Amino acid sequence: MLSVQDTNMPVTFTPELISKFADIVSRYPEGKQKSALLPILHLVQAEFGWVSVPAMDKVAEYLSIQPIEVYEVASFYTMYFLKPQGKYMLEVCRTGPCEIVGAGKIMNYIEQKLGVKEGDVTEDGLFSWRGVECLAACGFGPVLQISPEYTFYEKLTPESVDTLISDLKAKAKN
Amino acid sequence: MGRKLLLEHINVPGINTFDVYRSKGGYAAVEKALKTLTPDEVVEEVKKSGLRGRGGAGFPTGMKWSFLAKPEGVARYLVCNADESEPGTFKDRFLMTYLPHLLIEGMIVASFALGAKTSYIYVRGEMMPQIRILEKAIAEAKAKGFLGKNILGTGYDLELYVQPGGGAYICGEETALLESLEGKRGNPRIKPPFPAIAGLYGCPTVVNNVESIAAVVPIINEGGDEYAKLGIGRSTGTKLISAGGNLKNPGVYEIDLGLPAEEFLYSDEYCGGIANGKRLKAVVAGGSSVPILPANLFLKTINNEARLMSYESLAYGGFVSGTMMGSGGFIAYDEDQCIVRNTWNFARFYHHESCGQCSPCREGTGWMEKVLHRLEYGHGKMSDMDLLVDVSKKIEGNTICPLGDAAAWPVASAIRHFRDEFEWHVTDAATAVTRNYGIAHYADPLNTVVA
Ligand SMILES: Cc1cc2nc3c(=O)[nH]c(=O)nc-3n(C[C@H](O)[C@H](O)[C@H](O)COP(=O)(O)O)c2cc1C
Ligand code: SF4
Ligand code: FES
Repeated sequence: MLSVQDTNMPVTFTPELISKFADIVSRYPEGKQKSALLPILHLVQAEFGWVSVPAMDKVAEYLSIQPIEVYEVASFYTMYFLKPQGKYMLEVCRTGPCEIVGAGKIMNYIEQKLGVKEGDVTEDGLFSWRGVECLAACGFGPVLQISPEYTFYEKLTPESVDTLISDLKAKAKN
Repeated sequence: MGRKLLLEHINVPGINTFDVYRSKGGYAAVEKALKTLTPDEVVEEVKKSGLRGRGGAGFPTGMKWSFLAKPEGVARYLVCNADESEPGTFKDRFLMTYLPHLLIEGMIVASFALGAKTSYIYVRGEMMPQIRILEKAIAEAKAKGFLGKNILGTGYDLELYVQPGGGAYICGEETALLESLEGKRGNPRIKPPFPAIAGLYGCPTVVNNVESIAAVVPIINEGGDEYAKLGIGRSTGTKLISAGGNLKNPGVYEIDLGLPAEEFLYSDEYCGGIANGKRLKAVVAGGSSVPILPANLFLKTINNEARLMSYESLAYGGFVSGTMMGSGGFIAYDEDQCIVRNTWNFARFYHHESCGQCSPCREGTGWMEKVLHRLEYGHGKMSDMDLLVDVSKKIEGNTICPLGDAAAWPVASAIRHFRDEFEWHVTDAATAVTRNYGIAHYADPLNTVVA
């Protein structure tokens, strides 16, 4: 079971992670390393499941910028989780074109099936879900994506939702 | 059947790999441009082609390129806008998934034309699978000598990188995109200065949509004049239309600009008509930001002429009876859809996505969402429609970036064309929460609507 981590717990970045950071920083001109902030936050989130304040502070230190420059970015963009989420976050598109082909029903179904409200984590720590805005697949709705890999599912039905949830449960066991 | 300039090889197995793409004539435009043309000659071909930006605004690409400042000793940048977040639009994701090398080829040619030595493709962060596809394709192209130092022995150097966004519609606006690429919040910049003068890191920068960049490839291969022969009037070439909503065959289609709207909607070669044998009620022709039209006004202009899929024909009639090509995000609504609910959904979207810098946009989008919500849920007032129009007018034209307009137009146009349906939500509130208004007169021949 996933316990909610202490938000003040210090984090350490592995040498592998740091070398990925360095590779990203090398893409920009000298002195423009702040450009690496969004990609680095994605890497941090993939590693820890979310971006905590201590992690953001370490990113600031790495990029030689102020912590506030990291906080303001992490809180502006919707993809960064500022609190722990389920291991798999199911994000269903709720915008117009998906709505008219049944996105609302799929969200209700997921809520019922997982037994948690939008933004909450299931008791086993495996799942969270939320509605998100247009995912650029409007002809194939309803659609959802699952972080951290952002695997994509189109033309959802209650049956396909059942299958993908049981597949994820099996995957989590291995 | 129209010519396929972008999607010709979409069904070839393995076309996403360098070798197969190359065997189908891929990267010929890079060879031609770098070995036989000067950068200015490439710009000239794009000017002659008449290509207009495919990201939404429709600004001529060649002209935009010729505005790029070229101060001595200052880097210039090309940034590809792959943020694709406009509801209804899904062509760029499609192109990057299946034809990554077409975009990379276009990026090399365009970067050469602009004198950029480093270029970025800014992809919305949610498209992680597409980011992985592009990175793999870039590595392949680099291994074959089409990127990196001294490309094809011509002395031209180019590095190409993929940059992920963080999830924010506003980062599709070009100056917000540049802020984001600099590692900041996506707040649009006040213009001028335009990116052509001061863009990424304060250097001259061109921002172009994925499809615009891809179109450069056939333009260089065939010549700008040949490209300009396709299409109609100032709408030259082909356009990707991503068609969704209640259609029999939703998907991404490459059309010759000027195709009759009726043919696009009903012929089996394209959308195949409305799903489940239903009737068409309304169309959003170019992404959620453009004015919605009832079926009759979409198919025929106010002059009773056939509406065409071109920049000019879609815009014919202005805001009173026309719409816009926008990004080519085509959404069809069948007889069972509720216009009030859809308008509320879009208003919610714009409120959610407003960056919050300008009060008319930040506050106005919130008010529109609130009022539309109460109309949809049976608590509306007759005065709400005028209130909504009033709020939309106060946003329009009073903001730093066009997101404000984009939020105002769908609301104003829905009330203009579907006012009786909005009023019904007030007069018959109890019924309106249990069923929809239906198709009403929105598909009737024009002369009965326009007295
Ligand atoms: C709110 C807003 C969102 C936008 N989103 C996109 C987008 O996702 N993709 C895009 O190419 N252009 C988008 N644009 C248009 C860009 O600002 C810019 O005009 C375009 O990328 C220029 O490329 P083009 O000339 O090749 O069309 C958006 C504009 C606004 C105001
Ligand atoms: S119009 Fe809206 S999105 Fe654009 S800058 Fe102003 S507040 Fe931000
Ligand atoms: S509206 Fe759902 S993907 Fe565009």
